[in-house]
Amino acid sequence: MTEETHARIDAVVKANPVVLFMKGSPLFPQCGFSSRAVAILDHLNVQYEGVDVLQDQGIRQGIKAYSDWPTIPQLYVNGEFVGGSDIMMEMYESGELKQLFEGAAPAA
Amino acid sequence: MPMAAAEIEAMIVAAIPDARVEITDLAGDGDHYAARVTSASFAGLSRVRQHQAVYQALGGRMGGVLHALQLTTAPA
Repeated sequence: MTEETHARIDAVVKANPVVLFMKGSPLFPQCGFSSRAVAILDHLNVQYEGVDVLQDQGIRQGIKAYSDWPTIPQLYVNGEFVGGSDIMMEMYESGELKQLFEGAAPAA
Repeated sequence: MPMAAAEIEAMIVAAIPDARVEITDLAGDGDHYAARVTSASFAGLSRVRQHQAVYQALGGRMGGVLHALQLTTAPA
């Protein structure tokens, strides 16, 4: 990943309390896993920044190195990588995700 | 080329010898799987680290030839 890409990813992750890197947009997710991640965030009524990696090949590849995580979607809260859609689902079911957001983001 | 369930299991066990791996072929097409992996080595690791250990075992196939693997991990 170029330094420029790393800086761009870093800027988005740090400027927003909740960021979802995904395929497609929150309104039109283009992959089942991204769609599941959006559904969880919407259900928790969380305001988040959606970044469509399909619009930017640099970010699409770079985000995998940024977090040492091979797949998309990826959720970041308060600058920290939280996980992909499977971890989001587990944390949603256990109530941990809701707790995490209560400390992080204003309600949508 | 999709991966066979047995191949996925073998790679995980090769890297995490005590792992118990249950694989479900979600769509019956040899390309969409769910895996549940339990191992004593996961104790004390965050979920992210547990998943990373499994992804590492799969040696870069995850996100490549292996697009759809729903993963659940837990300490044994």
